Amino acid sequence: MQRVPCLIWMSAAVVLTAMTGCHQERTIAAAAGDAGSGTVRGELTITGSSTMAPLVAEIARRFMARHPAVRIDVQSGGSGKGIQDVRSGIADIGMSSRALQAVESDLEVFPVAVDGVALIVHRSNPVSELTPEQVVAIFTGKIRNWSAIGGPDQPISVVHKAEGRATLEVFLTHFQLRNPDVRPDVIVGDNEHAVRTVAGAPGAIGYVSIGTATADVQSGVPIRLLPLDGIPADCEAVAAGRFPMSRPLILVVRHDRRPLTDVFLRFCRSEQVDDIITAQYFVPAAR
Amino acid sequence: MTAAAISTVTLFVVVLFLIREAFPALTSPGLHRFLTDESWHPLSNRFRMTPMAAATAATTLGALVLAVPVGVASAVFVRFYAPAAAGRAFRGLLELMAGIPSVVFGLWGLLVLVPLLAGHGHSGQHLLAAICVLALMILPVVALSAAAALNAVPESLLVAAAALGLSRPSVALRIALPAARRGIAAGILLALSRALGETMAVVMVAGNVVQFPDSLTRPVRTLTGNLALELGYAGPAHRSVLFASALMLMLAAAVSVSLARVVEGRPDE
Repeated sequence: MQRVPCLIWMSAAVVLTAMTGCHQERTIAAAAGDAGSGTVRGELTITGSSTMAPLVAEIARRFMARHPAVRIDVQSGGSGKGIQDVRSGIADIGMSSRALQAVESDLEVFPVAVDGVALIVHRSNPVSELTPEQVVAIFTGKIRNWSAIGGPDQPISVVHKAEGRATLEVFLTHFQLRNPDVRPDVIVGDNEHAVRTVAGAPGAIGYVSIGTATADVQSGVPIRLLPLDGIPADCEAVAAGRFPMSRPLILVVRHDRRPLTDVFLRFCRSEQVDDIITAQYFVPAAR
Repeated sequence: MTAAAISTVTLFVVVLFLIREAFPALTSPGLHRFLTDESWHPLSNRFRMTPMAAATAATTLGALVLAVPVGVASAVFVRFYAPAAAGRAFRGLLELMAGIPSVVFGLWGLLVLVPLLAGHGHSGQHLLAAICVLALMILPVVALSAAAALNAVPESLLVAAAALGLSRPSVALRIALPAARRGIAAGILLALSRALGETMAVVMVAGNVVQFPDSLTRPVRTLTGNLALELGYAGPAHRSVLFASALMLMLAAAVSVSLARVVEGRPDE
């Protein structure tokens, strides 16, 4: 399964090179400018978390603008795939939107940003906050109607994520739930799918990346982020480290990596990308 | 010749790849676990697949139940009732519909159909929504192949029937449709394999909860939807189980395609 997309990307890269025809010239230009900027050239493949892919793609674009002899492919496919691809050597860098597990300690970790995971409901839902006990009761099917917790007489649709998603793991760990105990009404893949599902069903509740949800609220999607333990679900709370359900957005690499990988990692962790990170409603990681 | 060789080799490579990837799951946990486990929670080592197989069957058959009568009726309309210009325009419309990418059907389903279907106690993402979207997707396949089959009915047969004093509805229903039944059936089986394999549109509207499809307003997850949701996120053992389910889907598609060939190619009795 992993080998196939890799082949596709390799052939896509070949075709792109052939089509633009400028790869060669770029290399020459970079060689000519070596004295100034040092030799930074080559190709990087980055795979993993679908939450992080748009962010890293934007960072990669800026990096390539500064180092024209470098080409970076960013593909999304989930944190698990990112970690696996780095281990098997298919990718140079993996993106993961959850902390590594103990069995994955063979990889080195570079935090880039922090993201919160927040509960969302439809904008028309008057419920202002849920206690952790209420959240657990809702997601395990013990509370089935909003009227039981001071809301309107409306059945609750529980919007849950498919197994393997990083937001699911963060959510389950925070509320100490076991996945087989959850009684979902809808299971979705990515954050955007969850947002659209909640936006289309007034009785729904789900949990998504604060970055994605905030961006959608800004563009008028009818959802509302619920505070957690009295702390509002916004970037400021995540930045201050106060929001209780948050997760690191990390890049993972092998110990035996190439110098170019290090150059890119340093760039990702520098102030030069702060504006890209905040523009996507994430918070730059502590340095 | 070369093209045939390339497609044959590709098919073989794909099947061999599926078998190789599925092999660990077929030995352990083993086929019987797919039937007897308590639920589908692969990260908790539970691999029950039967609800998803049933959901695949339910969405496919449901879509056929909706699409076949409408599709065949519209083919009869185009052939026997519509003025030539209207018939051509309608045909063009069907062809356009057949070319719409499935993700567009899925988006339409998620943003338009699902909020319409959302009612008391459910989110609108359920078996019925999946059936409706699938039916729309296979409708042009059924209608176009039925129209082609009706066009292939010899004109002499129809003229003779009319000369015997049969009305137009009788000619269409009693003469043309029976004469074209084999082509129509082949088109239906083609539509069936498209419905069986459809993934993105179904994932977006079916709700994707793994449970038996015992009500139209219950969310379900199909086998293809399961692959799309979990394959990118699966560890090695989980992945192998997913490939086993892909192998089963491949077998189901092969059966329906061979049925289509048998139906289409049977000599006249």
